[in-house]
Amino acid sequence: MTIFLAIILGIFFGFALQRMGATNPANIINMLRLTDLHLMKAIFFAIGLSSTLLFVLMNIGIIDPGHLSVKSSYSGVIIGGAIMGVGFAVAGYCPGTGLTAIADGRKDALFFVGGGLLGALIYTLVYGSIQNTWLFKKIAGGEVMLATGSDTFQALFPAIPGTLLAAGIGIAFMVIAWILPKEVLF
Amino acid sequence: MNGQLNWFKGGLLLGAAFLLAVALVKPIGVSTQFVIVDGIVWNLFSDTVIKKDTASKSGYASPNAYLNKSGGKYAQNVAKPLNYSFVFVIAMVIGAFISAQLGGPKPTAQDRIAPEPWQNRFGQKPVLRYVTVFLAGVLVLFGARLAGGCTSGHMMSGMMQTSLSGYLFALGTFAVAVPIAILIYKRN
Repeated sequence: MTIFLAIILGIFFGFALQRMGATNPANIINMLRLTDLHLMKAIFFAIGLSSTLLFVLMNIGIIDPGHLSVKSSYSGVIIGGAIMGVGFAVAGYCPGTGLTAIADGRKDALFFVGGGLLGALIYTLVYGSIQNTWLFKKIAGGEVMLATGSDTFQALFPAIPGTLLAAGIGIAFMVIAWILPKEVLF
Repeated sequence: MNGQLNWFKGGLLLGAAFLLAVALVKPIGVSTQFVIVDGIVWNLFSDTVIKKDTASKSGYASPNAYLNKSGGKYAQNVAKPLNYSFVFVIAMVIGAFISAQLGGPKPTAQDRIAPEPWQNRFGQKPVLRYVTVFLAGVLVLFGARLAGGCTSGHMMSGMMQTSLSGYLFALGTFAVAVPIAILIYKRN
């Protein structure tokens, strides 16, 4: 059953990435050099909408909070993000869009994925020697979320009702998506 | 480009994908599977990299610290690749292919070698693009693994769940990616 869901959900996600233009590195580069923000608007809208609905549906018992999986916060998250940011800006691909761009017939995506496999291998080989360093020093306790709603993961703001906080942030994201200009000309 | 959805429809579709995944199974993530593919290849050439181990939580262990992490979770996925996350990523490529065939945006022959901003800046030398993108791929996956996730797992799934790590990752990524993109490709 989970394999069946993997196929359906994977196809849905890949379809969405291709159809919204995320597999086109020109769109990513134009978003990052702030000339065409249509992808940025789509991403803000997608996060805001899915987050709001997720917390509302968990609140009324339709989505099982046991499905949440909050990743740990540590210094390496920011530094790793920054290292990824360099390659992301140069190539116009992230791991997911680089893979799906192969389905567009993009030859540079094949080289990106090849490099990605090497990068992941290098990390696999060096992890043993960096695992006990400051890079993995936890921030704010590690696996934390801002809003309450999970029994597994701690909330940073336990005093605010989780659905209210998450929906507030989610709606703010959707408003940002709405007011961001499509093109920036300056 | 022709066939591309506007931000509103694109955002609806993308948001639906992330919400459905967490509603039915678990949050979407991609970059771990690069490690799993590496492990599968490594395992083809080595008898020692993945071993059954009844003492480990997953039933598998590895002498490599990363594959052995979290009770041998990655070691198990390398030994048995027919699992949810791996099949999901394969299906993702199929989904993109279906979209491209059913009226999705189609790149030109030139776009398939390098995107337009690259052509405008560096001309049409395929080898320069391929070598650069290969090196960029090394950085992207090394960085994503150090961070513990990528744009999908950390940024989209993370911020959807209001994970602190999702915001930190997005901050680290965009604080570097925006100035680098402007520096390399300029703004006009």
